[in-house]
Amino acid sequence: MSGERIAVLAGGRSPEREVSLRSGHRVMTALVSRGYDAFVIDPAESALVATLSTATVSACYVALHGKEGEDGTVQRLLELLGLRYTGTRPLACEMTFDKVLAKESLDAAQVPTPSWAVIEAPALRDLGAGAILHRLAERVGLPAVVKPSRAGSAMGLTFVEAEADLPHAVMSALSFADSAVVERRIDGVEIAASMVGAPDDLLPLVEVSPKSGVYDYAARYTAGATEYHAPARLTPEITDRCNSVAAQVFRTLGLRDVSRADMIVDEQGRPWVIDVNVSPGMTDTSLLPMAAHAAGIDFPDLCERILGLALTRRSSSRWEPD
Amino acid sequence: MAEFNVDPYVDLYARRTSGMSASEVRALFAVAAQGDVISLAGGMPFVQALPTDHVLEVVASVLSERADIALQYGVGQGSAALRQRLAMLMAEEGTLADPEDMIVTTGAQQGLDLVGKVLIDPGDVIAIEAPAYVGALSAFSAYEPRYLQVDLDDEGMIVDQLEDALLKGARPKFVYTVPNFHNPAGVTMSGRRREHLVALCREARIPILEDNPYGLLRFEGDLEPTLRSLDPTNVIYLGTVSKVFSPGVRVGWALAGSGVLQRLVLAKEAADLCGSNLNMLLTERYLSGDTWRGNLAHLVSVYVARRDVMLASLAEHFPNGATWTRPAGGFYVWVRLPQYVDARAMLAAAVDRRVAYVPGTAFYPDGRGRDRMRLAFCHPTEDRIEEGVKRLGELLSDEEELYRSLSG
Repeated sequence: MSGERIAVLAGGRSPEREVSLRSGHRVMTALVSRGYDAFVIDPAESALVATLSTATVSACYVALHGKEGEDGTVQRLLELLGLRYTGTRPLACEMTFDKVLAKESLDAAQVPTPSWAVIEAPALRDLGAGAILHRLAERVGLPAVVKPSRAGSAMGLTFVEAEADLPHAVMSALSFADSAVVERRIDGVEIAASMVGAPDDLLPLVEVSPKSGVYDYAARYTAGATEYHAPARLTPEITDRCNSVAAQVFRTLGLRDVSRADMIVDEQGRPWVIDVNVSPGMTDTSLLPMAAHAAGIDFPDLCERILGLALTRRSSSRWEPD
Repeated sequence: MAEFNVDPYVDLYARRTSGMSASEVRALFAVAAQGDVISLAGGMPFVQALPTDHVLEVVASVLSERADIALQYGVGQGSAALRQRLAMLMAEEGTLADPEDMIVTTGAQQGLDLVGKVLIDPGDVIAIEAPAYVGALSAFSAYEPRYLQVDLDDEGMIVDQLEDALLKGARPKFVYTVPNFHNPAGVTMSGRRREHLVALCREARIPILEDNPYGLLRFEGDLEPTLRSLDPTNVIYLGTVSKVFSPGVRVGWALAGSGVLQRLVLAKEAADLCGSNLNMLLTERYLSGDTWRGNLAHLVSVYVARRDVMLASLAEHFPNGATWTRPAGGFYVWVRLPQYVDARAMLAAAVDRRVAYVPGTAFYPDGRGRDRMRLAFCHPTEDRIEEGVKRLGELLSDEEELYRSLSG
């Protein structure tokens, strides 16, 4: 495998640009250390299609986060170019990145996810949806979490205790996306479940305890702001329950190669799925690499393993069954 | 079972680093740094307006004539020849300065850090303007002060508020102010406020830290005396060549009484031994002769035109209910938005529309300023300023519509 030319896609124009660059450069360095001829392409700095058309690469490692990188846009381009790439295929990306579609799918498959309601900017602007804002609170219950339907890294997310705070929270979320998800807030232990390979190939669970109590952007990306335990400090029974929910999530959404599901385990030991990522962070404070570490897989091994999944596919052609 | 240590030293960090954390706003600025985003955010001087041949001549003459000094260590206080030039720069604003009372710093920013280091103990109160220069807050906060915030209006710091606080027993270590073309507020302290502030602080024996980076970028109106010229014994003065020459050379200075100065010099030597001789010589050479005056006049004419475009664009594109300051110099317009707008939350949508600004919350240590934004007119061209303000205006209209629909 060594010496193969690998394009690591990172950066881009989403609000998670910085995080993605950190992930991408780390992946590149790891792959280079394993003898790959890996280099980073930042779609915001160079024309992606032109670069990939001329560079002969064996595969692309997708380390983009957020819009365009996780919503299927880049994946569609890569399929059109006939290139092999790591991670999930376009439609499943689209379904997963959009929290509304993801929650609908999970709910239909009876995966536990907190009750929710959606409010869309066009409905507010053109259809007078503001008049029934209180219904959102009634339907979902308070306290609630308001988040943009399409964004990552907890950006644009607000905790709402009182109905009066709802308009401001909705406006904040709508700065990032055209619709906002109002979700019942579940109190409990935050857990991340990671998959590398098939939906049943799970890494140890990671438990997240932010010192501020809230796992927001600062808690995610400031070293030391959050304590992590891997494996999570859960009973074997609850661990099994989380793993089986996670596998169900990955299967239901049709995820491939690598993914992370974030859950809250409530006081009764029930896991609730709150977010799913098709391109999980690979930074030094990211959860999936911690999970791998707990399984005895070091970072270069992890990257090589994920890349290997793409390299063993014959091509990304849409006509080829996976 | 293992606790996963992201950072093995996490328990070792000094308390003063506790405020240093990753932020969403910084992440968005990383996107805004892309070329197609019109940035009304950063206060970058328009150095492109400097005549290249003159700058080349300055660099060439320094390296051909004084390389032995330029490439060597210097002295902590900075060279006497440069300090003389800087004193001359202060004379332009009517301030008498003795070069012996001066220390050359790495930009005025280092002056802020050194003053903090020399004067602030954890828990000390320092008085600042609300809003205040974000870089000063970062510099001071590392020394763990508590802040006494004094509001601003069109005449600068509301000195009566400070007086009330002192009457109620507040004892700030010093009062920090940017009296000319304030960053971020764009306002200038009036003559009577200057006199009041100086008298009040002299009486209370509280030193004033006067930060005057923009003083020579005056577009109109009469020159106000510096606080330092009103009370040379009780004012520590910070200056910089970043706006009259180049921020790239990192040359600033502090002017202070001998006790403070001595400590500043020792603190500076502990931090970095001395400034860059090369950059100090470049600055000294640039400020010799009269060419710099013509360059500065040209720079000011560029800024005036850009300010005018920004003010006209704001009037045309911003919604009713928004108000803004009309700076008579400097780089910034400070906008007060309708109360329902959260400028920090709105930044993502702005960057999505390829325009950036600094949300007001950056300029308060206590989370205020959500309905404010700072717009810088110094760097983008007039066309880009107009387009940027237009994009923001459209975004604000959409926000208003959204707010109205949400509030029923």
